Amino acid sequence: MKPKFGVVVFPGSNCDYDAYYAIKKILDQDVTFLWHKENNLDEANVIILPGGFSYGDYLRTGAIARFSPIMNSVIDFAHKGGIVIGICNGFQILLEAGLLPGVMLRNMSLQFVCKDVYLSTENRNTFFSNEIQIEKKAIKIPIAHGEGNYYASDDVLKSLQENNQIIFRYSDSSGKISDEVNPNGSLMNIAGIINKQGNVLGMMPHPERACDPVLNKTDGQFIFKSIINYLTN
Amino acid sequence: MFRAKVIIKRRPSILDPQGKAVEKGAQHLGLTNIRNTRIGKYIEFDVLSENRQEAEKEVNDYCNKLLANPIMEDYEFTIEEVK
Repeated sequence: MKPKFGVVVFPGSNCDYDAYYAIKKILDQDVTFLWHKENNLDEANVIILPGGFSYGDYLRTGAIARFSPIMNSVIDFAHKGGIVIGICNGFQILLEAGLLPGVMLRNMSLQFVCKDVYLSTENRNTFFSNEIQIEKKAIKIPIAHGEGNYYASDDVLKSLQENNQIIFRYSDSSGKISDEVNPNGSLMNIAGIINKQGNVLGMMPHPERACDPVLNKTDGQFIFKSIINYLTN
Repeated sequence: MFRAKVIIKRRPSILDPQGKAVEKGAQHLGLTNIRNTRIGKYIEFDVLSENRQEAEKEVNDYCNKLLANPIMEDYEFTIEEVK
């Protein structure tokens, strides 16, 4: 049976259709939209919190979306082990909801950064990265954000490291990590983390924008294929 | 009813690139004595309560749960009875 993906739509989401398109047309899976005012997850096996500017990014990014009715169901679902992936603004919402630790600060440059970046995969033994072969030193996925500068206290950082929760770090095309390739000032070049249980992923880069071969980049497929692989095998 | 005035500040340990950029503007203006610019938020609202203690509790809840993110921000507030 095909897994069913649910893409949450907040007022101000703008990558919801990209996610839907990638899942439906490229990966040939079941997918449905979930309106933020609902609290029914429509039997989805995977919840995607998409990118965008939910509630206009008022107050802090993700701060208001976190209180949408659907988020209570998403939080329950995550606590029961359900797979949740927050992309860009979705990552910011997961942080505000407390499903992942830390906060996003304004990019160090104060610029909105929109470009392809390379990511080194630090842990391939997760629901979200099991399809990324070891030979693949870096995957190429675009970012587009103004607040992606990941920050957490020293204790939190240490615990993220000890539990192998840091999945993606900004790198060069050979997987080498340095300050020069850090696009936003994130601590330790962090681009994506999972929770301790391993069922919730937040990442700033947009895998849904790197799925269609027509765009000449398909590394985003690895993330969705890893989830599908986990759920079907 | 009480009128609450909340100031939200970035924790001292958190960098404020926005404050830094603004301070550069001050240098360009010739205001060379300006230092340590940090940008925060000011929020005001009314609390429909007759009791000061209750109103303060409500303001604290609002700040802790929504207005400020305790990981990176501190807040302080004053409340004043409005007749």
